[in-house]
Amino acid sequence: MLGVLFVILIAIWLLRNFIADPQEFINISLIGLTTGSIYALVALGYTLVYGILQLINFAHGDVFALCGLVSSSIMIGLFNLSGGEAAVVIAAGLLGTIVLTMLFGATMNSTIEFVGYRRLRNQPRLTMLITAVGMSFIVQNISLAIYGVNYRSAPELIPETPAFTIGEVSLSWNKLSVILITIPVLLGLTWLVRSTRQGKAMRATAQDQDAAAMMGINVNRTISFTFLLAGGLAGAAGVLFLMQFNMRYDTGFELGLIAFTAAVLGGIGNLAGATLGGLLIGFIQAYNEGLAIWSPGGDWTRSIVFGILIAILVFRPEGLLGERTPEGA
Amino acid sequence: MATGGNRVAVKDRVGGAARAAKLEGVGKAWSRLPQRGRSLGLAALLLGLVALYPIYVESLPTSVPVIREFPSVSTMVTVLLFTMMAVGLNIVVGYAGLLDLGYVAFYAVGAYTAGWLASGQFQQVNIHFGSVGISRDAGGIHLNIWLVLLIAGIITGVAGILIGLPTLRLRGDYLAIVTLGFGEIIPQFVRNADNLGGFDLTHGTFGISPIDSPGFGEKLNEALGLPINFQQSFDKQDLFFWSALGLLLITIFCSVRLRDSRLGRAWIAIREDETAAAAMGVPLMRTKTWAYALGAFFGGVAGALVASFNSGAFPSQFFFNFSIFLLCMVVLGGMGSVWGVVVAGIILSYLNQEGLSNIGSWLNASTPLDFEVAKYQFGIYGIIIVLMMLFRPVGLIPEGRRKQEIQEGGVAKDTLYGDRHA
Repeated sequence: MLGVLFVILIAIWLLRNFIADPQEFINISLIGLTTGSIYALVALGYTLVYGILQLINFAHGDVFALCGLVSSSIMIGLFNLSGGEAAVVIAAGLLGTIVLTMLFGATMNSTIEFVGYRRLRNQPRLTMLITAVGMSFIVQNISLAIYGVNYRSAPELIPETPAFTIGEVSLSWNKLSVILITIPVLLGLTWLVRSTRQGKAMRATAQDQDAAAMMGINVNRTISFTFLLAGGLAGAAGVLFLMQFNMRYDTGFELGLIAFTAAVLGGIGNLAGATLGGLLIGFIQAYNEGLAIWSPGGDWTRSIVFGILIAILVFRPEGLLGERTPEGA
Repeated sequence: MATGGNRVAVKDRVGGAARAAKLEGVGKAWSRLPQRGRSLGLAALLLGLVALYPIYVESLPTSVPVIREFPSVSTMVTVLLFTMMAVGLNIVVGYAGLLDLGYVAFYAVGAYTAGWLASGQFQQVNIHFGSVGISRDAGGIHLNIWLVLLIAGIITGVAGILIGLPTLRLRGDYLAIVTLGFGEIIPQFVRNADNLGGFDLTHGTFGISPIDSPGFGEKLNEALGLPINFQQSFDKQDLFFWSALGLLLITIFCSVRLRDSRLGRAWIAIREDETAAAAMGVPLMRTKTWAYALGAFFGGVAGALVASFNSGAFPSQFFFNFSIFLLCMVVLGGMGSVWGVVVAGIILSYLNQEGLSNIGSWLNASTPLDFEVAKYQFGIYGIIIVLMMLFRPVGLIPEGRRKQEIQEGGVAKDTLYGDRHA
């Protein structure tokens, strides 16, 4: 009941803003779509790991931030990109950056699993969770040690000029590229989990580790692979984020929490849910910060996101797309 | 259940390790004393050493290797109060096994309660009750600080219940994330709540300052010679030090007594196996809520006294990192082990306040390294947490019972959180 009322109120708020200034509203929605895509990529990392180990991998957000920072080094230091090159060179360089960063993120993430979490698997879950918190701070400080406290940004590789314009609404190439990169990554991930042997092993391990081991699945390798995958997604998200915003060593912590909220909102452990949650949170953030009428404003974004998290956990802990499990939330 | 004998043994080990060298001379007389007398004697000696710290700190050497100088008394005030918070957090994390990543919220609530009830924040009203050293004409609410400490504790306890009630039904890791959420929301709220419909509740990023100081008022000053007002006394650090020490001792006492009480045994039962505890008739929700409320209570009292000592409550004090800092104390000392948490709390708070920067400057001066140790303090805490979890999950000074739990291993797999079968 309360939930329905709440949704109606939000709908009224959005409609009011839409009528007041439709073009602005659509522009803001596009911003939401872009940030939402990045959130979705990070949220998928949380959901993959949670699905298989029931662990909130606090370090994931910091791996994401480190990946973003490393990608700035790759982009500028290794490929010498500055934005003035021919389109083909930029495309190739960008692709190279994304691949290298994904590799870096994957290695980083599975190293964390190997060093930190693997030997704690038979300990109480609290132990692993606390280790994850510690890992998060270690990774954050690695970023701090390498990149210092200053914000980094990417050179303007993809122009801010509009890719297409409909009426007054336009979408820049830069924002379009985020969506163009996110969609194939999501499709590839879905294919990997749904249709490959390795994906089947992942799903089996998520359901029951012992039984999976008895069926001849190498549980250790499967879990490592999951962390590799999650790290790769964090790497891709890091590059995309860097091309839109500035980032520094502690960007990942807050973004990680937001992305985790997205994963919970969609139903943790559920890939489609994480994507949906990421997009929803992206929209909520964009509307809250962008809309002119009756919006609380950017100062309150974090409170709103965590308010949503708490409300979801209290009223619908299985999330929007999740199924209620026998254990409860 | 944790018995008296167990406790004495732990205490003995703490004292023994720290003081063994000094006591060699009186060894023979010492060994004639009965066991209980010995541990009491050790505790008294240790307590005396701590309590007299402000008196002899001046005469301690000032150019010590590695740490350079002994901590100042005002550093020690903060150290004691942070340790008190860690002991409070230990009730939630250590006894009841509920991971709370938002303890900083309780610190904030306590500090702001002090700000509201003992400062000129609300100029619209003029309420005085037992305030010391404040002009009767000063606007705002000015209650006696000792009273405010108690009220802050109670309000924070209620806040703990409010946070706990909807979330304690959830499985442990969700609980962690919800408390983390509250730990983020409350500081943001105090930062933004300077214009709630035109009403200035928290004075935004400037924080509430000045906050009144504790004291005993003029009548007690004349009768017993007790100070009127701490901030205005020339030895204010010492007075705050003894107040903080007193509060810490009360907290430790309550914490130990709680552990051995019916409630404490229920907490430990829940920590070990929630399902079995429920089957034995332990009311899960009520017991967990109590853990939350009591853990929060001590955080609130400590927060209020910190605010009074700093003479202000500033939103920049309340960050997620602080929750992790406290968690690190609990993990390092040993979850559930009061004495371990006290020792770890004192060490880590000292490092946080001045130790790390001193050690860093010593390191840079005496080695060719150029490394800002203090900048990486949270990385260091992260490393401590991970190493402890990997190699010594029971902590430095383990609580006997918890050690058993970890070593048995078999029972451990899903028990700390358990599933919600009940």
